Amino acid sequence: MAYFTQQLINAITLGAIYGLIAIGYTMVYGIIGMINFAHGEVFMIGAFISLIGFVICGSLGISSAPIAIVLVLLLAMSFSAVYGWAIERTAYRPLRGSFRLAPLISAIGVSIALQNYVQLAQGARPKPGGQVVSGGFNLFTADGFDVRVTWLQIIIVLVTVVLMAGFTWVIAKTSLGRQQRACEQDMKMAALLGVNVDRTISLTFVLGAALAAVAGMLFLMYYGVVDFFIGFLAGIKAFTAAVLGGIGSLPGAMLGGLLIGLIEVFWAGYFSSEYKDVAAFAILVLVLIFRPSGLLGKPEIEKV
Amino acid sequence: MGPRLPLMLKDAGLTAFVAAALGIFIVGFRTVDQGGGKGLGFDYHLVDLAVAVFVIFIGRLGLSMAANGLRWPAIVLGVAMMAAGASPMKLPSGFLHWFVALGGVLLVIRAIWPWANDAMGVAARTPSGVALGKAGVKWFGWLLLAAAVLMPFTPFADQKTMDLGVLILTYVMLGWGLNIVVGLAGLLDLGYVAFYAVGAYAYALLSTQYGLGFWTVLPLAGMMAALFGIVLGFPVLRLRGDYLAIVTLGFGEIIRLVLLNWFDLTNGPAGIGSIPGPTLFGAVFAETPPPGKQTVSEMLGIAFDGNHRLIFLYYIILGLALITNLFTQRMRRLPVGRAWEALREDETACQALGINPTNTKLTAFAIGAMFAGFAGSFFAAKQRFISPESFVFIESAIILAIVVLGGMGSQIGVVLAAVLLIGLPEWFRDLGNYRMLAFGLAMVLIMVFKPRGLISHREPSIRLHPAGSGGGG
Repeated sequence: MAYFTQQLINAITLGAIYGLIAIGYTMVYGIIGMINFAHGEVFMIGAFISLIGFVICGSLGISSAPIAIVLVLLLAMSFSAVYGWAIERTAYRPLRGSFRLAPLISAIGVSIALQNYVQLAQGARPKPGGQVVSGGFNLFTADGFDVRVTWLQIIIVLVTVVLMAGFTWVIAKTSLGRQQRACEQDMKMAALLGVNVDRTISLTFVLGAALAAVAGMLFLMYYGVVDFFIGFLAGIKAFTAAVLGGIGSLPGAMLGGLLIGLIEVFWAGYFSSEYKDVAAFAILVLVLIFRPSGLLGKPEIEKV
Repeated sequence: MGPRLPLMLKDAGLTAFVAAALGIFIVGFRTVDQGGGKGLGFDYHLVDLAVAVFVIFIGRLGLSMAANGLRWPAIVLGVAMMAAGASPMKLPSGFLHWFVALGGVLLVIRAIWPWANDAMGVAARTPSGVALGKAGVKWFGWLLLAAAVLMPFTPFADQKTMDLGVLILTYVMLGWGLNIVVGLAGLLDLGYVAFYAVGAYAYALLSTQYGLGFWTVLPLAGMMAALFGIVLGFPVLRLRGDYLAIVTLGFGEIIRLVLLNWFDLTNGPAGIGSIPGPTLFGAVFAETPPPGKQTVSEMLGIAFDGNHRLIFLYYIILGLALITNLFTQRMRRLPVGRAWEALREDETACQALGINPTNTKLTAFAIGAMFAGFAGSFFAAKQRFISPESFVFIESAIILAIVVLGGMGSQIGVVLAAVLLIGLPEWFRDLGNYRMLAFGLAMVLIMVFKPRGLISHREPSIRLHPAGSGGGG
């Protein structure tokens, strides 16, 4: 029971990170119907900017962890958002209205280019850093097993919950959210009614990138190491989460993230850690086969 | 033109500003381990970044000039950039010299592009131009084939060139195989490399464990891969395009992870070595014959030459690739081939006309997988060593890029794209990671400027909706 609880705590933490990345996929897919394959790389870049931010904080002598975290968070979010914007502007917007596969191929190209760009600029070796928060407390002890919650895990879950709440509010209540939902339903009609579609799509990418950057920072703090290749696996798993929850649905992305975190952690905890990624992919395949619209998604009706 | 200049400057300034924001942390602050337990420190590259941002400003300004009809100023800027890149001026890194010079080249090309385009258009409209164009289309493939067959006898056929030829032909074959799935049937497969891996491991295991020869295993490997294609394809082919892409990607990764972790069978990350090469009528390519075997040079009574093996491999892969091509060309004329193309255009209409989409897709998937299996066992026989490292996602992406950049469904386009994407970067092997960076950027650029690929596939003769409309639903 104690072991189970411990795994559950770890799974929720990991799931929160996946959920944050998954939101970027789900929003972009919802609005322009493309898989933003480069989203995982934005997450990776967010993690790298956070790493650099933490080192800068260290060299400036900012020793207070909360201040450093808030500063780095803002830094990573704003600069990764520029990446999200630039990617959409250069690689996807010219292809809008082109044939179906063109944006996906372009996205794969962006992904390859960004990976190699970071590898060239920052080196191929894994970089340690970002461990500014340590310690935690024992929740309870049972069967001689301490169930521990670290402060970091609490921060991760808190940051995720706050961002999710804020984000849901943006989508539900603000004019940006309304425009975005309008574009999701019918882009042409929204444009006719005076919604600036280009701007809305750009903002969707910016918001998705900012959330991915937060996930990148949390990932760095949690694992304490980043390299240029982390975006690929995290990206695919987050996409799995988005599909699992029902693509286009924000609560679905969060739920999917949690489920993927649970599957991965419990598989590694109870079976074998080598096949944990296989388990995640197998779930993706199974969900798509038996429930292609996901857990919270609306079934898609094909119009002729 | 005068009043536009401030606008152009503003636009270039904005671009430079974005570039600076993108680069400031990732490029400007290179994290390095200081050693001695001091953690990470910085190696500053802010000057490099400043130079690059300045170059981007000039380049963007030149591009907008070219786009607004100010060709000569754009050409002057481009030439100046080329000169700056080639000059012995001291820039912080060698990369920047390349960056400036290549930027200049691109700018000049962009500036003279309308002229070149007009000139080509005029030339193509003259009677002799039209005739030449028609003949070119008709004979280009045959010329390419003749060149490919004769290549080993030309003086440039040294080891490096032959190796490159084998590599390009392997990708041509994989491209043609994937073209059946993506180009003809319109199924986006991002895990094609999984079948390639199945073929490779099938040959590696059967030859090292059971002593079977290449020619026995080749059909077996193809069948095995096709079987995998059917088993994997059956449940997932009902899915729509993008979902199918992700599921195939997932399958590709599952197969790679299984190969990586199933030590007893695959030897894990260490891979399988000393795989025997293909034989010619039972004779092996070696200087000294293994016990009980004959070498090819003994059989033919010629002196041993290490290049013979390579030439033999070259002809095997050429033959295999041509079989793939011929098979595809014939399949296109059969009902099932036509059903593939019809499915690509409109699945709902096909269903209404009584075509079973699942079965039709499954044949395309299985046949595509079979050719990947052939190519895989050839790869294992050529390399003599395989490990899961060779079957990563990027390979699938490269093969897909070849198909899409070639122009989906175009056989000759695949050849051109394979030469472009595999041959060119291979020549620039020394550039290391810059090569893959350029590869990724090239994928984006070709999609942006030529989304239908280098050679567009046949357009359907009747369209209900103009291209591009109705994409949303």
